[in-house]
Amino acid sequence: MSDIQYIDGKQPHQREHRLIFKNIDRVGWNPSLDTYRNDGGYKQLKDALKWEPKAITNEVKKSGLRGRGGAGFPTGVKWGFIPPNNTKPVYLICNADESEPGTFKDRYILHQDPHQLIEGMVISCFAVGAHLAYIYIREEFPEAAEILERALEEARNANLLGDNILGSGFNCQIHIHRGAGAYICGEETGLIESLEGKRPYPRIKPPYFPAAMGLYMCPTIVNNVESLCHVKHIIQMGAEEYAKLGTPRNTGTRIVCVSGDVKKPGYFEIQVGKMTMGELLNDVCGGPKDGRKFKAVIPGGSSAKILRCDEKFNVSCPPGTEKREISFEEIPLDFDTLAACGTMAGSGGVIVMDDSRKMSWVLNNLNKFYAHESCGQCTPCREGSTWMRKITDRLVAGKASPSDIDTLNSIAYQIDGKTVCAFGEACSWPVEAMVDKFRAELVSETSEDNESIAHSAESEAQRRFLQPQG
Amino acid sequence: MSEATTEKLPKDVAAEDGMVNVQVDGNWIQVPKGTRMIEACKIAEKEVPHYCYHPKLSSPGNCRMCLVQMGMPPRPAPGEDPKFKDDGFQEIGWMPRPVIACANTVAENMGIRTTGELVESCRHGVMEFLLINHPLDCPICDQAGECSLQEFSVEHGRGNSRFVDNKVKKPKNVDIGPRIRLDDERCIMCSRCIRFMDEVADDPALGFTDRGTHTTLTVHPGHRLDSNYSLNTADICPVGALTSNDFRFQMRVWFLKETKSIDTNCGTGSNTVIWTRGSEIFRVTPRENNEVNSCWMPDSHRLNFHYVNSEARLNTPMIRNTSGTHEAATWADSIQKAAEVLRIHQPGEIAIIGSGKQTNEELFLLGKLAEALETDLLTLVPRMGESDGKLVAADRNANTTGATLLWDTEDPYAKLDAIREGVRSKKIKTLVVFYENLLEEAGFKEEDLANLNLLVSNHILPNGTAKNSHIVLPGAAFAEKRGSMVNITGRLQRLNKAIEPPAGAMDDWEIIRDLIAALDKKAAPLYLIEDVLKAIGAAVPAFEEQTFSKIGDQGIQITVTGQTIPLLDKEHQRIERGEIVG
Repeated sequence: MSDIQYIDGKQPHQREHRLIFKNIDRVGWNPSLDTYRNDGGYKQLKDALKWEPKAITNEVKKSGLRGRGGAGFPTGVKWGFIPPNNTKPVYLICNADESEPGTFKDRYILHQDPHQLIEGMVISCFAVGAHLAYIYIREEFPEAAEILERALEEARNANLLGDNILGSGFNCQIHIHRGAGAYICGEETGLIESLEGKRPYPRIKPPYFPAAMGLYMCPTIVNNVESLCHVKHIIQMGAEEYAKLGTPRNTGTRIVCVSGDVKKPGYFEIQVGKMTMGELLNDVCGGPKDGRKFKAVIPGGSSAKILRCDEKFNVSCPPGTEKREISFEEIPLDFDTLAACGTMAGSGGVIVMDDSRKMSWVLNNLNKFYAHESCGQCTPCREGSTWMRKITDRLVAGKASPSDIDTLNSIAYQIDGKTVCAFGEACSWPVEAMVDKFRAELVSETSEDNESIAHSAESEAQRRFLQPQG
Repeated sequence: MSEATTEKLPKDVAAEDGMVNVQVDGNWIQVPKGTRMIEACKIAEKEVPHYCYHPKLSSPGNCRMCLVQMGMPPRPAPGEDPKFKDDGFQEIGWMPRPVIACANTVAENMGIRTTGELVESCRHGVMEFLLINHPLDCPICDQAGECSLQEFSVEHGRGNSRFVDNKVKKPKNVDIGPRIRLDDERCIMCSRCIRFMDEVADDPALGFTDRGTHTTLTVHPGHRLDSNYSLNTADICPVGALTSNDFRFQMRVWFLKETKSIDTNCGTGSNTVIWTRGSEIFRVTPRENNEVNSCWMPDSHRLNFHYVNSEARLNTPMIRNTSGTHEAATWADSIQKAAEVLRIHQPGEIAIIGSGKQTNEELFLLGKLAEALETDLLTLVPRMGESDGKLVAADRNANTTGATLLWDTEDPYAKLDAIREGVRSKKIKTLVVFYENLLEEAGFKEEDLANLNLLVSNHILPNGTAKNSHIVLPGAAFAEKRGSMVNITGRLQRLNKAIEPPAGAMDDWEIIRDLIAALDKKAAPLYLIEDVLKAIGAAVPAFEEQTFSKIGDQGIQITVTGQTIPLLDKEHQRIERGEIVG
């Protein structure tokens, strides 16, 4: 890897381990097929096509690869959910609807290294027995869609896609489907509905688990862009070698996207669990801006629960060991420890806030996003997300009362766990965590006096009947 | 497990009959495998409140009102046998998260809690969410009194509102179709109407626009909600978002009396409820019968009742005097006069035309009248149209099958042409007509009727035939009489009396009975309509031993005609595919 030159100013940090992002910002690199092939691209596809499809799935299972989209579900296990006696066609969908606020990893793969994704997808298709795959790409990536379209065309012309790929007898076609700008299309069943041409209302699970009843009611595997790229590297390195990266149960590398109040924000590919929060923020990202202190961090995309930087956690670290108290800086960036700390690794979007940030504003910003993006299918999220926004709107305008903070909290718990899809958690967790961890700050921005003020023409009208006349 | 070898476990006992054991609120019941949890709770007589779930439609699980707590036995560790308690059941491990009861199916040894802190808090939460943006305009809302939002907010709602901000504003009083009006602010987005139009009515005209809290129900661009089944959406709308143009603002539902009856507009015989107050019909709605009309009914049929409320209803018998005008007469005189004239004519000069919309009892007595007059010129007037592939049968007469059985004929319409020709050629000199305007489907002309020596006719409204009749006998409409009919599939069903006929009008079967009595002094007396059904039972094998109470609200299959109802065929397929509960 030492011979790879990166563009000036974009060199990876020495603590990084570039696998997926090997070619990102590389000198002399472009997204064409020739460049990719000259670098040894599509070799793994050629190898993989000689394997038994089952063996690839087993290899991915052995590698311990966990989905990089948000939930962190083991990829190989997901593939194994396709009913064994299935007679219907199987579909593979690449979820390139990267819309979790704070996450910007997939776009670089799509923009700079589309063939890595295509190779990963064809191998995955071969493993799960899919002959038709879709890339669902968010509307806000028009350039990426064009680049990907060109790459697919190149791959088709080179017989890396289509019928009898590289003489193996395996047929596979990949199509691009562009979304229309809805966050909910990143939810896998919402994505499937959207792909079917309907409103992206997530389906209820059970019974509609995609691996059994997905696209057009056929078995469907939905994987994140980064996860599919990892498949290629698992074939290249072998599962055992791959599993040596990272820590047990949290194998491989992952890309974290750091944004917000650090000196050097950006994307960093690290070994899962081999780096702590403190190392990431202070060493890799250069620490807080001058004269500032870290206040809070959202570690896995905007729907992950926020962490206070002065918090202490009583967790088993590394996983499996006796519980002990660790500080925020000591949290390793893996799936399990972050979950134990009450948040999640999610999509890898680390949003950092320093002491210049008002938490009420942060919360209102998140609430605005979720109120705008709620699909409106099921009651708690549809009504609750906007209600929470209306309350935090008043909070930032100085028109909230302390009881509003309690209401806010109870609305969040009224949504959490009661919705069709995980959007309910996505919109309620930030509120729950914020009220839990920054209640004093939020309350300090409220006033008891606001309790008795009408906040709208409507509540004014209602109060007419409550208050004595004259 | 030593007991297991000697004694069968409950799970094995249940499995033999294709059942599973489910614990609902602490009580174990057996339900068929594959039953939805919400239906299992219904079997256990535990109510699970719900909005979006409808057994005849797919289950999107979007209202979240039916959240219950579910538990399953813990999965045994590898190599370990499941542990059974003394009662033969496994310990239930309760899940911390609630599940929707409408879309999940039961499993062996499953536990369901429809009460408790978790479940109650879920319902409280959903209820509050549904109400924060609801206009709460019950005092001016037509749904009040039959609104699920009202009902469940009494049980699961909170007394005060925590919502102090502005509500979301949406379109009101939207004209989406000729018979339905939409109020989007009242809509709770349960999507029942959308699913009905798509899955049952085959006319996906409705859909949502916008998203999140601004989600708005509307018709798709260029579409109208003008399907002949559109009013069913108002029936299944759990709130007052979709209301019937015909019924809205007419009457508070709690003032209305409900009478179970059947539809007489076609051979399907959809089961109905007739909603009345005093002697006025306010609306007709479909009633569930899974052998006839499922839960649905065509608009054209349910709205065809306003004529019953008409002020022009005939309310006294009339005899035409020599100058050609009709004069009010008594029933005794009218019947006597008719019998006198009929008696002096030869059998070949007398014909009887009945209606396929008459009840079995009336048709049977018409046959008896023909016997008394010794004529075989007895017919019905055919009304064939086209089936709509759902609930409207090609045969628009409600009781053709009944006539076929009662008159023991292949074709109860066969003699209409001969009778019409007979009247035209003056061979037939007297005509007794029930319920039919001969100038319409029967193909008679006014000059034909002028040929007759005697035209006795029974109607409920004035028409061309009544105008040309010598004697007019006012009868009762479908909602004003009891009786039975047999639908196109061969199902015997009963009509019930929702309102009284106008004073001076008489139930049709009594008119025919009196005519027979006037002609044949030896005829057996019939005091009650039950006596007629009894007589039918004695004479016609298919009706043997039938009584009105045996027929019941759901009817009885007394013969198999081979005809089916297309909508039911489709429904059965969907049940088989597991798409709906049915």
